[in-house]
Amino acid sequence: MAKAHVKMTVNGKEVESLVEPRTLLIHYLREHLNLTGPHIGCDTTHCGACTIDMDGKSVKSCTVFTVQAEGASITTIEGMANPDGSLHALQEGFRIMHGLQCGFCTPGMIMRAHRLLQEIPNPSEDQIRFGIAGNLCRCTGYQNIVKAIQYAAAKLRGETFAEAAE
Amino acid sequence: MNAPVLTREQREAKLEGMGCKRKRVEDIRFTQGKGNYVDDLKLPGMLFGDFVRSPYAHARVKKIDGSKAEKVPGVLAVITAETLKTVNLAWMPTLAGDVQMVLADGKVLFQNQEVAFVVAVDRYAAADGVEAVEVEYEDLPALIDPFKALAPDAPLLREDLKDKMTGAHGPRKHHNHIFEWSMGDKDLTDAAFAKAEVTTKDIISYHRTHPTPLETCQCVASFDKIKGELTVWGTFQAPHVIRTVASLLSKIPEHKIHVIAPDIGGGFGNKVGAYPGYICAIVASIVTGKPVKWVEDRIENLTATSFARDYHMTTEIAATRDGKVTGLRVHVLADHGGFDACADPSKWPAGFFNIVTGSYDFPVAHLVVDGIYTNKAPGGVAYRCSFRVTEAAYCIERAMDIMAQKLGMDPAEFRLKNFIKREQFPYHSALGWEYDSGDYHTAMNKAMEAINYKGLRAEQAAKREAFKRGETREIMGIGVTFFTEIVGAGPSRNCDILGVAMFDSCEIRVHPTGAAIARMGTKSQGQGHETTYAQIIATEIGIAADNIMVEEGNTDTAPYGLGTYGSRSTPVAGAAIAMAARKIKAKAQMIAAYMLEVHEDDLEWDIDGFRVKGLPEKSKSMTEIAWAAYNKPPPGLEPGLEAVSYYDPPNMTYPFGAYFCAMDIDVDTGVYKVRRFYALDDCGTRINPMIIEGQVHGGLTEAFAIAMGQEIRYDEMGNVLTGSFMDFFVPTAVETPNWETDFTVTPSPHHPIGAKGVGESPNVGGVPCFSNAVNDAFSFLGTKHIQMPHDYWRNWVVAEGLGLHK
Ligand code: FES
Ligand code: FES
Repeated sequence: MAKAHVKMTVNGKEVESLVEPRTLLIHYLREHLNLTGPHIGCDTTHCGACTIDMDGKSVKSCTVFTVQAEGASITTIEGMANPDGSLHALQEGFRIMHGLQCGFCTPGMIMRAHRLLQEIPNPSEDQIRFGIAGNLCRCTGYQNIVKAIQYAAAKLRGETFAEAAE
Repeated sequence: MNAPVLTREQREAKLEGMGCKRKRVEDIRFTQGKGNYVDDLKLPGMLFGDFVRSPYAHARVKKIDGSKAEKVPGVLAVITAETLKTVNLAWMPTLAGDVQMVLADGKVLFQNQEVAFVVAVDRYAAADGVEAVEVEYEDLPALIDPFKALAPDAPLLREDLKDKMTGAHGPRKHHNHIFEWSMGDKDLTDAAFAKAEVTTKDIISYHRTHPTPLETCQCVASFDKIKGELTVWGTFQAPHVIRTVASLLSKIPEHKIHVIAPDIGGGFGNKVGAYPGYICAIVASIVTGKPVKWVEDRIENLTATSFARDYHMTTEIAATRDGKVTGLRVHVLADHGGFDACADPSKWPAGFFNIVTGSYDFPVAHLVVDGIYTNKAPGGVAYRCSFRVTEAAYCIERAMDIMAQKLGMDPAEFRLKNFIKREQFPYHSALGWEYDSGDYHTAMNKAMEAINYKGLRAEQAAKREAFKRGETREIMGIGVTFFTEIVGAGPSRNCDILGVAMFDSCEIRVHPTGAAIARMGTKSQGQGHETTYAQIIATEIGIAADNIMVEEGNTDTAPYGLGTYGSRSTPVAGAAIAMAARKIKAKAQMIAAYMLEVHEDDLEWDIDGFRVKGLPEKSKSMTEIAWAAYNKPPPGLEPGLEAVSYYDPPNMTYPFGAYFCAMDIDVDTGVYKVRRFYALDDCGTRINPMIIEGQVHGGLTEAFAIAMGQEIRYDEMGNVLTGSFMDFFVPTAVETPNWETDFTVTPSPHHPIGAKGVGESPNVGGVPCFSNAVNDAFSFLGTKHIQMPHDYWRNWVVAEGLGLHK
């Protein structure tokens, strides 16, 4: 199969490759760029384990061809930590509030939450629940994921999340 | 400069031992996308395998032609049953003592059964190859309804067993019959029913569903021809069992097989068994000499690798008019699909279903389970429950409600009246168990108070009146459940898997600087073992949890163990940890005595070291002792500080809990809204309350899904109707209710730290609680038992049937 040339920015770095035109973005990230943070949990665009940030939008990378990402700017979970290597408020929030168990949904959840907090910096519980409805978690029951996002939202606004005291 | 002297509280806090909400060590890697799951693995020259699957539920396979597929660019081989026969692997043994086709051998028995395995350079080429394989089928009549399986003219499914009228669990009474299993005293039970004042009899079905971890089943097999060694990385909840089975099947000596379970993206029972994908990847690697990866997609996962439940339980209770139960009789029709691949301990074909007397003092009971074949996927795994315990809990908790309704009693009051009393423990149940400990009345009363049960009932009564007056179209249901679990398989005298006894193990090695590593026979799939196991050790031997590394999943380094499922990690491996730690502590005491020049008996344990009784300033910390253990051991004592323990529990543990749910249902749309859900769990000693709470949230969410819509449904031709996340209900954050959690603590008397295990309780107790709430909502309109799952449409159908839409 003839290969297509693609060029994009991933986690702040320019990358350039030849790929089969049918290559899905998730496979390109995981198998060509070795960014195995985004995961694959379904075949029907329901689970959100593959969620990344692309040009300011949450995108399920299993439903995008790599060639459609030509010229795009992409952030994956691997690009989320602060420049000094410390954890991003969301990463910290998920740990402090016990927002993960097996961790398989976590990279997608955090990436979705990241965009949600750009859209709504101080979301209500309902807004959070609705905002992450495209991401499935089989382990946590979501309650602590909601709290993790509230924790991060507070921290990013320079406040402290009351329930995080213990 | 001297280190500041810490108070006892500070020293204790520094350990982060049992009882504290220690943050998880796993999260550091998971939150940064640095987990190491099977599909993340990339080996040089690695190939990819993918299945051709049957579109038919029951058909003869006339011909498989892989010649076109082999010409597809990138495809290297097409493996069929004929290929597998050359290495004697066309069929494999199941955990339940049956055999299962690895690839279709002559016929297929369920839709999406594995027919051929295409090996190619990457997953895209493999998919191309799958498309190009040509298979000729001859359609046969499909057997889907379990109640028709034993009809004289039912189609013969298992031709291989046609003349074998004795199976792994005794005689078979029909060509589609697998086993009959009975427990309890039939005559006494029949007698109790003969003189009963009130009886109920209902078919209570627990529909077929699926565990669906977010990561599907997958593996990478790599055979090294030169060394004759096989390495398999896989999503294995029980890696050692996989190694032993792989050795027995492949004849590769067990020391030359390296089974590694890296991070696992959820299991819930789905990853206990051995699947055709594993065998095919191994054979493909042996054939090609290259590593071969197999990753199932979600549709394959839902339709082919394991299901759960599918129990149809005819349940009868006998009682006195004033509400004392006098007998229980249950007959189960257990639909096992095309092969019996249940993941139960081998001697227990229906798992621990005989816990079906639940939390109640039934003087007599009798149980019969008939296992049958149908044209559905094999499996029957314990989906976040101990073996068949959730079916049992659903059965008894529904039946108790039905009886309460018939007696005109409040379901909570009826339960309180029939509970096993605290002073009756250890309690011998009519179906053969010895319950270790419990205080059901205390738990139930605490729960009823917390949820304001009386207030809810009053509100419901008012709402029912308003409904009758036509002022509202909403009905209110209150779900009441009190469950008893049985976990921690198990005593090896009666629990084994294919002859492998179900003990578990731990090896602890304390390094000279006082840091330690613990290696385990279990395998976390999200339970946070790396965090909680270290807490147990911290409390036992006074090394800070942060200085203890917990390692699982590598069969070369870990002591042999049976893995993680059936909530057995804390009851069994948790005990092994405590026992290994206590061996270390005993040696440490000898060393400390030598260092302090006193007799061992003059020492006492003090948080993180030993001190001389009456002279607290004369002490040695574990760190100092560890250094001495290697570098200055007492004369005659071997250097080093390590221990291993293989723990064979004397009994199971019996966690329990009281759950309540308040729900409103709109009779015109069938839409329900869970207003409150309160879960009180008693899992004995609590190791990490944060993690327990997380487990309860997750288990309740799965229970909610199952009760309210999650189902593997077939049409009459055997087509799976719910084979993707499109149709198979997995709740999102929007549907999922808010969970209120609570607890009591009744330690297990026979467990070294008193812990009972909790991971599965919420699923066991949650499903009947939701179902009871729906049933309770409709009951005043004349319904008796409404089958699960209770999705909007089915609720609407019930309302329609009651004539509420006229
Ligand atoms: S993998 Fe499930 S939505 Fe992308
Ligand atoms: S933590 Fe396991 S799927 Fe979310």
